[in-house]
Amino acid sequence: MTLLEQFQLWLGSIWPGWAAYIVPAIVGIVVVLGFVLTMVIVFIWYERRLLGRFQVRLGPNRLGPEGIFQPIATAVKILLKEDIVPTKSDKVIHWLAPVIVFVPVLMIFAVVPFGERAILTDLNVGVVYVVAISSISAVGIYMAGWASNNKYGLISALRAVAQMVSYELPVVLAILGVVLMAGSLSMTQIVASQKIPFLLLQPLGFVIFFLGTVAEMNRSPFDLLEADSEIVAGYHIEYSGMKFAMFYLGEYGHALAYSCIIATLFLSGWQGPLLPPIIWLVIKVMAVFFVIVWMRSTLPRLRVDQLMAFAWKGLLPMAIINLFIVAAEVLWLSEITPWLMVAVNFVFAGVLVLLWSKLFTLGGGRVEV
Amino acid sequence: MTKALNGEEVAKKIAKKFPGSIAAADKAAVVVTSKSLYQVAEFLKNTRTLDFDYLTNLTAVDYTDYFEVVYHLISLRHNHSVVLKARCYDRDKPAVPSVVSLWRAADFQEREAYDLMGIIFEGHPNLKRLLLWEGFVGHPLRRDYL
Amino acid sequence: MAIRTEPFILNMGPQHPSTHGVLRLRVTLDGEVVTDVELVMGYLHRGIEKLGENRTYAQIIPLTDRLDYVASMTNNFAYVLAVEKLAGIEVPERAEYLRIIMAEMMRIANHLMAVGFFLNDLGAMMTPVLYMWREREKLLDLFEMVCGQRLTYNYMRIGGVSHDIPEEFLPALKRFVAEMPGFIDEYDRLLSQNEVLLARTKGVGILPKDTAINTAASGPVLRASDVKWDIRRADPYSIYDRFDFEIPVGTVGDCYDRYWVRMQEMRQSVRILEQAIAQLPEGEACAKVPQLLRPPVGEVYGHIEAPKGELGFHLVSDNSIAPYRFHIRAPTLINMTALKDMAIGWKVADLIIILGSIDVCLGEIDR
Repeated sequence: MTLLEQFQLWLGSIWPGWAAYIVPAIVGIVVVLGFVLTMVIVFIWYERRLLGRFQVRLGPNRLGPEGIFQPIATAVKILLKEDIVPTKSDKVIHWLAPVIVFVPVLMIFAVVPFGERAILTDLNVGVVYVVAISSISAVGIYMAGWASNNKYGLISALRAVAQMVSYELPVVLAILGVVLMAGSLSMTQIVASQKIPFLLLQPLGFVIFFLGTVAEMNRSPFDLLEADSEIVAGYHIEYSGMKFAMFYLGEYGHALAYSCIIATLFLSGWQGPLLPPIIWLVIKVMAVFFVIVWMRSTLPRLRVDQLMAFAWKGLLPMAIINLFIVAAEVLWLSEITPWLMVAVNFVFAGVLVLLWSKLFTLGGGRVEV
Repeated sequence: MTKALNGEEVAKKIAKKFPGSIAAADKAAVVVTSKSLYQVAEFLKNTRTLDFDYLTNLTAVDYTDYFEVVYHLISLRHNHSVVLKARCYDRDKPAVPSVVSLWRAADFQEREAYDLMGIIFEGHPNLKRLLLWEGFVGHPLRRDYL
Repeated sequence: MAIRTEPFILNMGPQHPSTHGVLRLRVTLDGEVVTDVELVMGYLHRGIEKLGENRTYAQIIPLTDRLDYVASMTNNFAYVLAVEKLAGIEVPERAEYLRIIMAEMMRIANHLMAVGFFLNDLGAMMTPVLYMWREREKLLDLFEMVCGQRLTYNYMRIGGVSHDIPEEFLPALKRFVAEMPGFIDEYDRLLSQNEVLLARTKGVGILPKDTAINTAASGPVLRASDVKWDIRRADPYSIYDRFDFEIPVGTVGDCYDRYWVRMQEMRQSVRILEQAIAQLPEGEACAKVPQLLRPPVGEVYGHIEAPKGELGFHLVSDNSIAPYRFHIRAPTLINMTALKDMAIGWKVADLIIILGSIDVCLGEIDR
């Protein structure tokens, strides 16, 4: 029973039924939203400071201690900007797109466990819910690119669909490995079953899932949708003001959501000694985001065909192999100590990654015209 | 050191092959008639001993009574150079044959000379203004353009 | 049922982060594949050639700064060499060395920027640029020490340089020369074997040797296509025949080779700098040249190996104080001739890096 349900039950004994149902829900949503928005602002600051460090410069450090208020200044600046809608755009869709990008991101947090019983709804199909909800953003991005009536936007929109669909498969297959091992689709159950973090039990699955999610949240080296050096800003090129802020928040919210999911699925979520669960979760989320920023500041971007090849020829076969390995292990090895599984899986992961890096080279790609 | 070939000697070689093509020649440059420019250029490019495969610079000079189109040619293999010139006396419609089919390096440079000096390069595949916009009146690098 | 498709015309620029200025590329796309590229330029045309015809010979030097503003010292150098060739002026020994030092420093500064922004075009999010900026900043400080400017130097004079170097310059330069190879090694470690960089640049935008020669490509673009042609060697100007350096050449002429050639050229420039510092003689920094120079009637074409390629000045003199005709052979304009050959059949993303690997500067293309 989650904290929220307990609250509902308690309230139900003193208030009428409908109020006892709605009020705790609102309280829960407000708390989670507060957490998300604060974390998003922290993320923006964190990324800028980290990028500064990676790029031999300081990063924002003027507004407030260590520049902590810089994201707020950015937010104010963005909100005060004029909202420009291109004359020939499809107005309704242009208006709707940022909402469709932003809302699913928030909805993901409904199933993220922040503590042992601190979760908004403990869905028994939590993982499936995450996968389903997070795919909706692709529609929003496609709508944004299409409705802007801009050629860069259109290219970006088409890239978005291809990229999202391709990377969904390895991500889902990697999640299946986790689900097999945990024996449940519920997020709380998955966390509870991680006596040893699944990062150690399934290193390959983690790598696939991590790369897949980085691609889904359009971050470098897979940031082809925004690719500021090629298609300028891609799908949000024609957005300004609050609508742009929605995309901006959506992007960081996406990063936060996926960092939470990665932490939950592979890094044993809120579990950890001494510190309270929420602190552990934040630490893990920050660590995951650190790696994402590190990749962003280090690696050049892939080309679109290489990106697709990487998904279909690189990640997908590896994800399938990983799934079979995990299934076999769960079937035959689960009786013996899990540390054996750790050793075996690290060997498998090393061999497979090495094999793929030898067999599979990106490059080429010229088309005869 | 890139050896600058003596214009008079090169002119002699050209004259042997194409009599009447040389308008003038001195130590520094060979001046050919604009009619025979393309043949001479082809000869300079394809003769093994000359082998001018690299068109460094192409420009035009307005001497008020005539325009002079200047070609600086280099041979990367022999490391020697020659200056080839062609004059056109028609002020309204100065024309020389284009050498784009020999050296593609001439593509932008001829367009530039057309744009700024008004020289018409006959046979250029895409003789449009390069730096100024379509519809600009006049050719600013001419001496009489104010 | 066959799906009907249409070509897609995309106007890239003049405002685009990766056209390195106000260049417009009119790209015809088939999906993401480039089927045609047309260059539209002239957005930065200032008529420098026409302006030059109304300036005295000395007054043109600041104009040349505005050509390739990333490497303005070499523009000065090329121009004063051409004028000296025209007027037959001897340059003092010390001035020659100072010029070479400046030119090679400028080459390093330019290549740092070229490589950095090439990586940026690849999508490396400013990191390589900022690393390279660290060293370029030191070079700019050195230039500032010499002539008080960081972008448009106006340092060279007809007959020498404007004034001698300050005494703190040489120690600072020596320190830079000593530490620069280490930094180039660092870039090499960070970049040259990067898997994504290799995947994106190897075999991309190949410029075959004969096309490179035929389109008169010059500088690193020509040398990347395996043509060992460096004007510093082929037609040594100033005192380049006194230095020992190698000419790095590429093998196939793809984007990676152009990147690699630039990295190697920085090393060679450091070598030249070392030798020039060691040999630097005492003496005058500028010859006695009349204030209003009237070169004899005639014409001259002076060319040097600028960082971006062969920079040439074609001057016609009529024995007046201003050149009768002042023409600039801009290396990047002519290097761009081959852009179409390199880019067709590649994707939009490749078009951007091919353009970046040419290392364009619009100040020079449009003049």
